[in-house]
Amino acid sequence: MDLSYSDQEKAFRDEVRAFLEEKVTPDLRDKVRGKAELTKADMVGWHATLNERGWLAPNWPKKFGGAEWNAVQKHIFEEESALASSPRIVPFGLGMLAPVLQKFGSQEQNDYWLPRILSGADWWCQGYSEPGAGSDLASLKTTAIKNDAGTHYVVNGQKTWTTLGQHANMIFCLVRTDKDVKQQEGISFLLIDMDTPGIEVRPIILLDGTHEVNEVWFTDVEVPVENLVGEENKGWTYAKYLLTHERTNIAGVGFSQAGLASVKRLARAEMSNGKPLIENPHFAARVAQVEIDLMAMATTNMRIVSKAAAGQAPGVESSMLKVKGTIIRQEINDLARRAAGVYAMPFASEAVEGANEALPDPLDAGPVAAKYFNNRKLSIFGGSNEIQRGIIAKVTMGS
Amino acid sequence: MNFDLTEERQMLQDSLRRFLRDRYDTATRNKILESDSGMSADIWAGLAELGVIGALFTEEQGGFGGKGFDIAVVFEELGRAGVVEPFLDTAVLAGGLIADLGNADQQAHVEEIIAGSLQLAFAHGEPASRYDLTRVSSSAVEKGGDIVLNGRKAVVVNAEAADMLVVSARESGGQGDADGISLFLVPKDTKGLTIQGYALLAGGRAAEVTLDDVTVPASARLGAAGKASDAIEARIAAANVAQTAETLGAMETAVRLTKDYLGTRKQFGRPIGTFQALAHRFSDLLIEMEQARSAVILIAGNLEADRGTRERNVSATKNLIGRVGRLVGEESIQLHGGIAMTQEYELAHIAKRIVMADHRFGDVDHHLERFIALAAA
Repeated sequence: MDLSYSDQEKAFRDEVRAFLEEKVTPDLRDKVRGKAELTKADMVGWHATLNERGWLAPNWPKKFGGAEWNAVQKHIFEEESALASSPRIVPFGLGMLAPVLQKFGSQEQNDYWLPRILSGADWWCQGYSEPGAGSDLASLKTTAIKNDAGTHYVVNGQKTWTTLGQHANMIFCLVRTDKDVKQQEGISFLLIDMDTPGIEVRPIILLDGTHEVNEVWFTDVEVPVENLVGEENKGWTYAKYLLTHERTNIAGVGFSQAGLASVKRLARAEMSNGKPLIENPHFAARVAQVEIDLMAMATTNMRIVSKAAAGQAPGVESSMLKVKGTIIRQEINDLARRAAGVYAMPFASEAVEGANEALPDPLDAGPVAAKYFNNRKLSIFGGSNEIQRGIIAKVTMGS
Repeated sequence: MNFDLTEERQMLQDSLRRFLRDRYDTATRNKILESDSGMSADIWAGLAELGVIGALFTEEQGGFGGKGFDIAVVFEELGRAGVVEPFLDTAVLAGGLIADLGNADQQAHVEEIIAGSLQLAFAHGEPASRYDLTRVSSSAVEKGGDIVLNGRKAVVVNAEAADMLVVSARESGGQGDADGISLFLVPKDTKGLTIQGYALLAGGRAAEVTLDDVTVPASARLGAAGKASDAIEARIAAANVAQTAETLGAMETAVRLTKDYLGTRKQFGRPIGTFQALAHRFSDLLIEMEQARSAVILIAGNLEADRGTRERNVSATKNLIGRVGRLVGEESIQLHGGIAMTQEYELAHIAKRIVMADHRFGDVDHHLERFIALAAA
């Protein structure tokens, strides 16, 4: 065992650091630190910047145009991105759909869709959850029925919690193609053009006033049969495979590292009884406690990612990382809110800032309380933490 | 001992609860939140007519309540309905200070407050004071019989709507000294007073208030020069009765919504409340709610006690409500799942009210340290 980086890894780190230093503009950095929301143009632009360097798809094999980084390289990139407050990759096409296509899609599908993901020609969103199918995803009811000619599926139903669906031109969906079998055995994986007639996207405004998720409604939407991924009624298998990928970065180590740095910045600026808050033993102890947990969790993450890189699919460990990772991230959001004190009260959403002058916030704390509320989602989405705990127990006890 | 409400308080509670149930639903509140003023003049007038403001003042002051339990009864109901109108700021804080310290002329405003025709704000905290009540650096200097005020006040709730501000400023002593702080009644249109307003995350509006050579007559002073500190502490104690009771009411709504959802939302073919992992966590909320109710009884029942007893109970209750509030806010969202994250669902606003209450008048840590310091004193 060796915890230090090799010379080669150090060289890679320096390369990443120099790249980020050059490419992360002050405007982007401020947005990532929470002063405002990243716009679609910011996200598309960042993808283009990474793509130019060949770093947009760290997980993809080289033959598909990916960087094919090993676990340590990915970890280094993640850590440096956090330090540089750089934007993150929008994961739907790159991290979620692409691995499924590469594993289960046809040659034609890979040849057509993968380059478009890299170039930014398509913005993908995910159509999984439904109003009645949240934690119990397999109970989904959106139907896809093949027309008589056998050329199209006709899709009807409703998806929800579709993140950034307002920007998307494509959606990958789980749909029911057979109602007469066990729930998990009648689901298929479909790629749907959002411009098809019969699709309506309705915004969902979250409790912090942000619009990041949507409802997507399907009424007699015709989808060419070529857009079926893999075999009909095997979609649940592909979905599970995708979820494994979704969870390789689920620990959010980089987010936590960046968040902790922000908390410390804030607590150095905020005064308590005439001294910086960071010198208050009570607050300092809270920060230290989270930092200790984060140090261990980052190492756990590395161990699991290394194992995955060696070809062992992460199983129950990814559920563990999801639970611990989100608890730590939410704890850091809570600390940021506490640190800001009275100045956590203003509603500093982008919508408000757009309408008014910049918030008169001498701490420059940004919308820490809004972020705290927004990130309550972390323990709910991607399989709630209760579902993850159920998986851990079930797998471990074999019940 | 008797834990029942008096008949008068019970009647007030009933009529207030009925009024708000009929007139203050989620859609109504969301409209109020989106409005420029962030409050409803109709609701204000309606509640004033119901006697809600009068219940916050003693008989000598022109009201018919004003005790800890009167304040608690009113604010628990306001909290239950998630009311965002600034009764705490106009009546309990600024109005209370005028009633406590004012001369006959100044006290004449209390009648207007009770009638619902006057809005007030208490401009006290400053950018570097965090939760410390004596850290006042704004200055008040006598000049030719007038008082000249300079400084900046942070997150002054209701400043934009206020007709007058009660402003704290230092006439003597150093930053952090209790001695030397005075209060002044400043009309909002006074020259040199700048108000930069913004919406608050949990509803209502606040402002940064800048005092740039604001000149008022010496008769604008409330009470004796440099001696306002004790009155401020006592009024903040009353405000904490109001705020912790409000949080208790809001938490009751959060728990009720959670109970209903656990019983009706089905996943895996059964109500999710039948899963033991969720049921036990819901039970924990109920246990903590009893703690919270008792803590509010402690703070309300000791509001009229000697300073040491009163403040010990203030810090104990604020600490406990802050902790339980975070638990109830977070767990009620988690037990619901995604639906609780949406603005149009009642819990979203209620959870914000509960959690953000910890950012006014001292948070969990502040009051834990204060509880220790008070015990050592």
